[in-house]
Amino acid sequence: MTKKIGAEILLECLMKEGVDTVFGFPGGAVLPIYDALYDSPIKHILVRHEQGAVHMADGYARSLGKPGVVIVTSGPGATNTVTGIATAYMDSIPMVVITGQVPTALIGNDAFQEADIVGITRPCTKHNYLVKDLKDLPRIIKESFYIATTGRPGPVLVDIPKDVLTASMAELKYPEKTSIESYQPNYKGHPGQIRKALQLILAAKRPVVYAGGGVVLSNAAGELKAFAEKLGIPTTTTLMGLGAFPGTHELFMGMLGMHGTFCANMAVTNTDCLIAVGARFDDRVTGKIDEFAPYADIVHIDIDPTSISKNVKVDIPIVGDVKDVLKEMVKALPQAKALKEHKKGLSEWHAQVNEWRATHALSYKQEPNGKIKPQFVIEKFYELTKGNAIITTEVGQNQMWAAQFFKYDKARTFLTSGGLGTMGFGFPAAIGAQIAFPDSTVAVIAGDGSLQMNIQELATAVQYKLPVKVIILNNMVLGMVRQWQELFYDKRYSHTCISVAPDFVKLADAYGAVGLRAKKPSEVEAVLKEALAVKDRPVLMDFRVDQFECVYPMVPAGQPLNKMLLV
Amino acid sequence: MRHTISVLVTNEFGVLSRISGLFSGRGFNIESLSVAETLDPQVSRMTIVTSGDDKVLEQINKQLNKLINVIKVYDFTGEEHIERELALVKVNLTADTRPEILSIVDIFRAKVVDVSPRTYTIEITGDEEKISALTELLRPFGIKEIVRTGRIAMARSPKQK
Repeated sequence: MTKKIGAEILLECLMKEGVDTVFGFPGGAVLPIYDALYDSPIKHILVRHEQGAVHMADGYARSLGKPGVVIVTSGPGATNTVTGIATAYMDSIPMVVITGQVPTALIGNDAFQEADIVGITRPCTKHNYLVKDLKDLPRIIKESFYIATTGRPGPVLVDIPKDVLTASMAELKYPEKTSIESYQPNYKGHPGQIRKALQLILAAKRPVVYAGGGVVLSNAAGELKAFAEKLGIPTTTTLMGLGAFPGTHELFMGMLGMHGTFCANMAVTNTDCLIAVGARFDDRVTGKIDEFAPYADIVHIDIDPTSISKNVKVDIPIVGDVKDVLKEMVKALPQAKALKEHKKGLSEWHAQVNEWRATHALSYKQEPNGKIKPQFVIEKFYELTKGNAIITTEVGQNQMWAAQFFKYDKARTFLTSGGLGTMGFGFPAAIGAQIAFPDSTVAVIAGDGSLQMNIQELATAVQYKLPVKVIILNNMVLGMVRQWQELFYDKRYSHTCISVAPDFVKLADAYGAVGLRAKKPSEVEAVLKEALAVKDRPVLMDFRVDQFECVYPMVPAGQPLNKMLLV
Repeated sequence: MRHTISVLVTNEFGVLSRISGLFSGRGFNIESLSVAETLDPQVSRMTIVTSGDDKVLEQINKQLNKLINVIKVYDFTGEEHIERELALVKVNLTADTRPEILSIVDIFRAKVVDVSPRTYTIEITGDEEKISALTELLRPFGIKEIVRTGRIAMARSPKQK
């Protein structure tokens, strides 16, 4: 019988899990894996920094709905993944990170390139493993994918010592199925709770749906739309929920929260029945928690029991998969005729929502001869692509404008680091999404600050001929922090000026990418069009935008949602 | 309010650190913790004494259940149950004080488990109050050292069928 080594068995296990692409960076402890990869059909994307690999796997997972897979070496290779893992953990993104480890005999010896990565990542993974014996490897890989992708998804890390990778064993017996006694996620919502929730919702005069990233993760956009449409409920989403409900839908009120729309924040403040779907009442959403949705009975559908009544007391909790629960709810709705009556009863509420929508709609003023407004660039890009693109963002003003001024009609087309707020996420995430969708337009809306945190991945994008569009809203400052300094710190602009920066056009050129620049509003469209025509390499677009533009509306930290600063 | 929670976990390395990390990371208290294998050697039981309001306890319960290695969480609060801890107390001794110490040991149904010319080591089992009462009485003689286990607990069986 032919024997196989641990590294070969690992790759076979990955293939059994349907993995065809991995993101990684080699090193001493994972040499056996890289040697096995040399003959493997698995496509390996060679990054330039391990953090980039994790964000790429993350962007790949978010856009495709399949778990992302990362391979890195021990010690610094492993520690470089931590920010990426924490990012994925906060946003519940399925991912399996495989780290090399020093040989078992050396663990704990302060060996070369040793780090206790299992210890380090315990609080930022859904679960993690140290594989001490090759015979456990197939089971652990099976469990890792199972844990990463089921229940509330999340990253799982598997640390494999080098001697386990080089040990050999006879034929691989990969488990067909796995079940873990102590891990049994609950998918079915409690029928009694669903019934009670529907009674409440049907009795409400001013209902609002507040949908989050859970709708995207559970692939429940269709169910959510059916639910909201049948009941005629105005809908808002969180940052993570953008795309979970069509951005151009007449019931859509835009995003809520700190930089949410006037309409969404007013509706949530005045609703008598808030239906939270796959959302977790984050502080950026609720503002002052005691005054959040003060008149509302709250229904909360979430797969994770810990999310329920963590921040806000919930009246009717439903623990279960959002898709499943929404399906059951739609099934249990009254006849079409009764629903029509019900919707008629909401006409006053609809009129109120429409009034809010019209009074303080998102806006900015682009002077034809003035400085370029960042919002104008995003709107132009929306116009040119007709919204048909996958957009990732960095973190800060660029992220908020991307959320406000591009309309997302489909789930998994807006990828952003919502929970952790990781600068440096957007560009590698766009690379990951472009690998998942080679023929789609993929763009990152970036700030000049964030982009530089993982700019080295430009080489990766060039190497794999990925036509990622990098839209730099270049204001030469760390814009969101500058905005806070302007509004709350007496305009004391402490360390937010980053005007010493590379010439992005030359930088693109140096990497073998395309570099374009627009300094005037009249140049914006031509630059975007030129960039969209490039199909074989990344494009960096340097839009020199107005430094003093702020993101509005804004709910100052600790204030209730209806106390917005408007333009 | 104080709660005694029993947590059944898979008996693997790293599980203790997952649990203690959960408590420290989320700002929950641990007043005491004791861990040992159960009848099933693949399962360990942790008995954790913690405190917090209902909301905190609800989160502790849910967050513990969320850990992959946690099989079952049981809060004894409001249930008929027995709580015990054990302490070893090393107390100074002179010829004069010897009888008095022995009589205290006797009253508490404690045990002298080690003797040296100048010390007794006393073992006592009981609930927290009993142990505290004993140590208070022994304190005037001069306690050299005291070691206490964490609390363990077990539900009482129903008295009627």
